[in-house]
Amino acid sequence: MGVEGIGARVARKEDKRFLTGKGRYTDDMSVPGMKYAVFVRSPHAHAKIKSIDATAAKAMPGVIDVLDGKQLTADGIGNLICGWMIHSKDGSPMRMGAWRPLADETVRYVGDAVAVVVADSVNEARDAAEAVIVDYDPLPVVTDPVKALADGQPQLHPEAPNNMIFDWELGDAAATDAAIAAAAHVTEVKILNNRLSPNAMEPRAALGIYDSGDDHYTCYTTSQNPHLARLVMSAFYNVAPENKLRVIAPDVGGGFGSKIYIYPEEIVCLWASKRTGVPVKWTCDRTEAFLTDAHGRDHVSTVKMAFDSANKITALKVDTIANLGAYMSLFSSCVPTYLYATLLSGQYDIPAIHANVRTVYTNTAPVDAYRGAGRPEATYLLERTMETAARELGLSPAELRRINFIRSFPHQTPVIMNYDAGDYEASLNAAMAAADWDGFAARKEEAERRGMKRGIGMSCYIEACGLAPSSAVGSLGAGVGLWESAEVRVNAVGTIEVMTGSHSHGQGHETTFAQLVADRFGVPIDSVNIVHGDTDKVQMGMGTYGSRSGAVGMSAVAKALDKVEAKAKKIAAHLMEADESDIVIENGELKVAGTDKSVPWFQMALAAYTAHNLPAGMEPGLKEGAFYDPSNFTFPAGCYICEVEVDPDTGQTEIIQFVAADDFGNIINPMIVEGQVHGGLAQGIGQALLEGVHYDPENGQLLTASYMDYAMPRADDLPSFKVSTSNTPCPNNPLGVKGCGEAGAIGSPPALINAITDAIGNNALTMPATPEKVWAAAHAAN
Amino acid sequence: MAKITMTVNGRQVSGTCDDRTLLVHFIRENLGLTGTHVGCETSQCGACVIHMDGLSVKSCSILAVQAAGSSITTIEGLAKDGELHPVQAAFKAHHGLQCGFCTPGMVMTAVDMIARHGSNLDEATVRAELEGNICRCTGYHNIVKAILAAAGEMGGVRQAAE
Repeated sequence: MGVEGIGARVARKEDKRFLTGKGRYTDDMSVPGMKYAVFVRSPHAHAKIKSIDATAAKAMPGVIDVLDGKQLTADGIGNLICGWMIHSKDGSPMRMGAWRPLADETVRYVGDAVAVVVADSVNEARDAAEAVIVDYDPLPVVTDPVKALADGQPQLHPEAPNNMIFDWELGDAAATDAAIAAAAHVTEVKILNNRLSPNAMEPRAALGIYDSGDDHYTCYTTSQNPHLARLVMSAFYNVAPENKLRVIAPDVGGGFGSKIYIYPEEIVCLWASKRTGVPVKWTCDRTEAFLTDAHGRDHVSTVKMAFDSANKITALKVDTIANLGAYMSLFSSCVPTYLYATLLSGQYDIPAIHANVRTVYTNTAPVDAYRGAGRPEATYLLERTMETAARELGLSPAELRRINFIRSFPHQTPVIMNYDAGDYEASLNAAMAAADWDGFAARKEEAERRGMKRGIGMSCYIEACGLAPSSAVGSLGAGVGLWESAEVRVNAVGTIEVMTGSHSHGQGHETTFAQLVADRFGVPIDSVNIVHGDTDKVQMGMGTYGSRSGAVGMSAVAKALDKVEAKAKKIAAHLMEADESDIVIENGELKVAGTDKSVPWFQMALAAYTAHNLPAGMEPGLKEGAFYDPSNFTFPAGCYICEVEVDPDTGQTEIIQFVAADDFGNIINPMIVEGQVHGGLAQGIGQALLEGVHYDPENGQLLTASYMDYAMPRADDLPSFKVSTSNTPCPNNPLGVKGCGEAGAIGSPPALINAITDAIGNNALTMPATPEKVWAAAHAAN
Repeated sequence: MAKITMTVNGRQVSGTCDDRTLLVHFIRENLGLTGTHVGCETSQCGACVIHMDGLSVKSCSILAVQAAGSSITTIEGLAKDGELHPVQAAFKAHHGLQCGFCTPGMVMTAVDMIARHGSNLDEATVRAELEGNICRCTGYHNIVKAILAAAGEMGGVRQAAE
């Protein structure tokens, strides 16, 4: 590796603009004549819209127009859709109810948009929005997913009787049941996975600009995948054909999944811009974000894990009810199915697995992928069950895991996945050493002398990143391919621009992608620009989610670099009258191996563009593109250990130490990888200790709609983390990388809950483990 | 409507705004200084922290008219002559930012924190003092590290000057 190449701890190129206030986020965009949108939202969780009267609102100062769902429907704007088809086990397709960008007949959750006001200022738009009179006929409400499935409950969509969207299964039910019947021991657990709000610090925003001269639309939006936004808005929502719609996702302030989806607001801003003839900008406020950003998790599961007399797992049976909220968001159906049940084998050799998943409509915000998406739910379920089993069997948690680890690769699980590489014991050993597991008993004793309850817990997670290949995900119901594209443009002076379909919203692609180029050609990263987030600049791409930018996005760049390298070597060989196979590229020069002959990189580039002296038949220029479709998922894995102290008088949990030992395969920039782990851990710890979305079950009002009510992890809730990595390179992509964006959020919640339950001596504890719950559980145990 | 004048990043500026306009919106909309961000509306997240007459202030928690006549520093005014302020440099060196959205408020809070505590800052104090700034990306680990490093460096510089 060079000082800026693969593996180097390079400070980020993008930092200067963020540190000096020069970042450019969607709400920072301003264009001449721009006006402001404020949405009129339903205060009811379920109601019929009898009428909307905007007469008074339209007469208010500064108001340009008030538009509603009937006008939107009349203009032919389509329904929002879920892009992943799941079939129930009886073969019937999922029952998708209609989701209008502006509700025209029925509202189904608090915050459902019914109209939009466009005005000269945000304040005037807000005043007018309050003056829009919507006459609602309230309907009964259901927010609990288990209750929603029962007979006689309020029905959200006529397409989905008993509110059930699909009843899906994976694995061999008969083999699983037989193994459970024959087991020496069966551990049974009920697992709740709490509903979360993603809370990217930048609220969503959209700026729609319609140009009547060219009949062309531009949309600035807070998106993790602008090309997908363009595709979906064009192909399904009838906003504009793709060649008349430019989508730009400039600097985006965090996503964590919540900015994958195409929401009503960006569609409405584009449509409203055409209706009103002015550019229309909308910026979400935080309460709107709590109400309308897609939530995450919200599973209710029962688990049976069967063991033989040697403590080997013989079967796992899981029944899950997943709350998808009032409408099916873009990828909501794949989260509790192919991103969840396929990971239920964890790091363990389990011969028989069966999972049944029912998804349910309720009068709550839509639920979709949030950091980890399905994999945290699988890991929490599995690792809480393993911990419970170890306690029941009288084994140490490490021992039970060691007995059951998968040790040879490739490994085919009973739930689709084929693990390509890993060394789970290495991560376990590394984590236990870093945490001084052996010294815990003494630390516990010392804490007891101070009247504190000390506990330790572990979690061994596996996840799947870089969903692929496209043909496989297509056969499982995906409406899109999951490849990535890249284009490498070498300029005439030798500087380089890389166009990528990946999108950076905090991940540092401008640095890591440039490191890839620096590694290949020995040019400084300052001479490399990474271009992303604009459908006019990058032809096509699938964006960033599911920890796919390294494994898929960078692999596409590597493939394009292969082509550039090949052509550059041909040009250099021609210039130096050498054989192409003798050319090596080092430190920004193309050299003839074993000689002192060389051509500087820039001179080769200039030769490509002057085209005065190129090999016969060669096209001028130096620009190559590639589409990369991976042959498999990647499988990052690791072991997390958490040590806590619980104050028995208050139920307050203090995290004494948190250790993460991850295997991410090869690493491009360790500093950035560590940062990703830190952030993931904070979100996982937030889920386990602090966070939870709560609705009033009687009326569907969101009770956690601000930072006063929803407990975000703050600096003094968290410790400094001890992180390390080991490496079994991924054999299925050219860089040997696996993905690191979600691991922290996937592996940490069970480690923390296992530690707290160890401390208090009561296994019955649900997330978030608030002081009140921990105190009650600790006292129930005594 | 109110006409107000204040000093922002060393320059006198004037503007007209609604009486109800918050200082953060005056800074962003009237002055076009979009480095100061709005992450919530309950004064919880700290993305809008600026310095007003030497104190760190959440600019969403006061009206623009209340700031009339004051001297304001925003994130845009921190670096001098193209050189990053030591706190900005430490955030870069220690990877104390990812998406960058909370960063301006974090940096302005950190500058104020170091000004009050000098190089006596320890990890527990930094974490307690960051109570009013939320970051969703970094888990705070590297922010804490960056602030401690900057405090050490700035304290060292101050000692050398004395």
